[in-house]
Amino acid sequence: MLELTGVEIRYGNIRAVRDVSLTVGQGELITLIGSNGAGKTTTLRSISGLLRASAGRIMFEGEDITRAPTDRIVAMGISHCPEGRRIFGSLTVGENLRLGAVTRADRRAVAKDLGEVLEIFPVLEQRLGQAGGTLSGGEQQMLAIGRALMSRPRLLLLDEPSLGLAPLMVERIFATIAELKRQGLTILLVEQNVHHALDVADRAYVMETGRMSLEGPAHVLRRDPRVEQAYLGGGEVRA
Amino acid sequence: MIEYVVQQVVNALAAGSLYALMAVGLAMVFGILRLINFAHGDLMMIAAYVAAFGLGAGLALELTIPLMVGGTVLVGLLMERVAYRPIRGAPDVATLLSSFAVGQILQNGTLLTTRLAGQPTLIAFPAPAGLGGVAAVGPITVPLVNIVSFVAGIVLLGMLTVFVTRTNLGLSMRAAAEDLSAAQLMGIKVNRVVATAFAIGSALAATAGLLFAVQAGQINPYIGFTPVLKAFIAAVIGGFGSIAGAVLGGYILGALEVFVTAVAGIGDILPPGSVSPEVRAFLQQWLPSALASYRDAIVFLFLILVLLVRPQGILGQRDRGDSL
Amino acid sequence: MAARRAAGPAMAVGLSALAFALLDASGQAFWQGLVINLLIFIILTVSLNLTSGFTGVFSLGQIGFMALGAYASAILTLPLREKAAFLPDLPSWLAGVHLDWSVGPLPVGFLVATLIAGGLVSVIAWPVGRVLMRLSGHFVAVATLGFLVIVRVILFNADGFTRGSRTFSNVTQYTNLWWAGLWALVVVYVVWRIKRSTYGREMLAQREDRVAAQAIGIRVMEPRLLAFVVGAFFAGVAGSLYAHFITSFSPTVFYFDLTFRVITMLVVGGMGSVSGSIVGAVAIVALGEALRRVEDATLLYGLSSIVLAAMFLVVITVRRGGLLGEREIPLDRLFLRRDRTADQSP
Repeated sequence: MLELTGVEIRYGNIRAVRDVSLTVGQGELITLIGSNGAGKTTTLRSISGLLRASAGRIMFEGEDITRAPTDRIVAMGISHCPEGRRIFGSLTVGENLRLGAVTRADRRAVAKDLGEVLEIFPVLEQRLGQAGGTLSGGEQQMLAIGRALMSRPRLLLLDEPSLGLAPLMVERIFATIAELKRQGLTILLVEQNVHHALDVADRAYVMETGRMSLEGPAHVLRRDPRVEQAYLGGGEVRA
Repeated sequence: MIEYVVQQVVNALAAGSLYALMAVGLAMVFGILRLINFAHGDLMMIAAYVAAFGLGAGLALELTIPLMVGGTVLVGLLMERVAYRPIRGAPDVATLLSSFAVGQILQNGTLLTTRLAGQPTLIAFPAPAGLGGVAAVGPITVPLVNIVSFVAGIVLLGMLTVFVTRTNLGLSMRAAAEDLSAAQLMGIKVNRVVATAFAIGSALAATAGLLFAVQAGQINPYIGFTPVLKAFIAAVIGGFGSIAGAVLGGYILGALEVFVTAVAGIGDILPPGSVSPEVRAFLQQWLPSALASYRDAIVFLFLILVLLVRPQGILGQRDRGDSL
Repeated sequence: MAARRAAGPAMAVGLSALAFALLDASGQAFWQGLVINLLIFIILTVSLNLTSGFTGVFSLGQIGFMALGAYASAILTLPLREKAAFLPDLPSWLAGVHLDWSVGPLPVGFLVATLIAGGLVSVIAWPVGRVLMRLSGHFVAVATLGFLVIVRVILFNADGFTRGSRTFSNVTQYTNLWWAGLWALVVVYVVWRIKRSTYGREMLAQREDRVAAQAIGIRVMEPRLLAFVVGAFFAGVAGSLYAHFITSFSPTVFYFDLTFRVITMLVVGGMGSVSGSIVGAVAIVALGEALRRVEDATLLYGLSSIVLAAMFLVVITVRRGGLLGEREIPLDRLFLRRDRTADQSP
């Protein structure tokens, strides 16, 4: 469904990501893990067109989207739920959700999807008229995911959904991710919470200083000594 | 005395409406692009010239207004496309200076055009029927254009409010102003939102330009400069980038200006016997009528004060990084 | 080695002096005037470069300082009879001042008036800078623009000192090629030295990234303030030279058009480059003069401003660093051996 080959991304003269290749198949939940600054977020941003790859190719459902503008990529069915949630704080929860579907013309279908999102995150329903900035961190994350779902994506890019959340809320978010996968949504998940990420994922990629260092089925990587030592060892997992 | 106060309040509301109409356009563009478009004042000037041309050619006001608004919007869109889009994302100062250059081109282009048309630099503005004259309610007389300015301001700003809260495009604009890259992730087309902001800003500036020209009675290619500075102050007071803040700032500025003008020389105006001679002498010494001519300086001091004490303005939030 | 380094700049100064002497002797008043005009613009551009180009804190108030310098020095050198006639309301301590001393042919009074003007402007610039340098980005630009407006309002209203909106005239024409040239040399030398000093490096460092610079212990406020005050001093000097060159002027001269003209020179030359400012000033003065002739011939007034503004937009869009960026014309390497020159170029 999604295929990156030899992608390189530069910030000015600095190569942030080099020779990254990954594939995401229909219905898969793929996780991209690695330490801070490894280039995971940069990779996601190049998929959604916020950054331009300086080399390599990005294909989505057989179409080359390496140079496509973000709005086209969104229209093609890729939804990017960014790191730090980035909800519109001065807009209401309802307006935030409406913005998720801002490119869709079919009002009836949008209304139906809104109902489904509110079913997944019932807490948002009570807060529809409230400014997004007044929500708690966990609620904001739910809103961000809900907003990303409002565009009815075929591929969901999730960047650090558990960042800065209380342990209980982390459990809830990962349960939701698992549920979305069960409903058939294809997901590319970037996480520092390697434990949880490997629990829900089918396959995983590990990035180190801008390159892919490992890849394989999630349950295999879980027991890979290199992963254990770097990301799972001694309970030093960032939650 | 009461007439004096009522007249001043109407003046303040009229001035406030004009500043608000101008400030909103500045704030919308700033909110999305972090660009202070100083050429915004020149859009107002262009509108005044188109209106003067239309009215001078004998067109009715109802025909002149669409012509004026259309022409100004066209210039506004052109300026965005030609001058600002190529440097989008450049440092703040580079974009600000570019807007000065755009302003120079518009001013001198107008100057050149009037010369070629055999007109002098300063031309009288033909006051259209329905906007000239005064309105009198009992002993209170107010220039009609002031009342029209106030009403037009309220109506247009009301329409704008409906647009930004009820329509998808308006919602996209607010989202882009708050967080441009997150808005892009919603599939919002940045160019479209920016063009919309410029078009709406130009239309509002055009209205302000017409009303300003009627009030002033004459126009020249440089009339946009002071209003855009004032509009900027209004936008800063309210909290730059916020539409509601710009409106609020516009009315605060209008009130401040009228207040400075009204209290200057108050010691001479107060009716005999209303205050003790000492108070009158005090007022005459500390609020002399000459103070009124320092109005612009006082207003700018106020701006600098706001920038220092509360740089995010009254309604604004602190700027957070926009990089994703 | 040091002597060889100094040889290039010394030759440039010597050649300029020779050119001035020839021009002075030629009696070509028009060309003399054009060169004096150019030298004043060089002073303004180089000093604005210090204030804004080096620090990235864009000041639009430079011309306000120039205006204050012009009026201050003109009041000081105005002959007593003119002073009584034109400025009857001048306070008594100023009314009797006439700086007309000279030593031989040298009008020392003019020099003193210019220094006082520069000093006065610096004294005003210090508190203004203290307050405004805390701002950044476009806010400082607009706040300094506010300063320009405030100066203008005051000049218009302080009738007793400035004759308000009426023309301030009968100023003695002291400014000649030598005075303008000398001051241009001083400003270029001072700003170049500042660029090479610790302060200068701090200015350029915090321009790129204020937070990062602060994090590694680079001072932000002090270099900015120094640049602002020194820049203001030279703007005041330029004002004095201008006043004693043009001999009559009004507050309208010192406003936005002039501000934008100097900014154009700065940006075209390259923000951060002293020699760039000189190149920019020469280019824009020459182009402006050529365009003025076209305007006069075709009567298309406004054309020159349009062309200059369009050119400015093209430079900002295509080559934001201007002609020279931060680099300098390597005059100091002119007489170094060839292989060393090759060594140093990247």
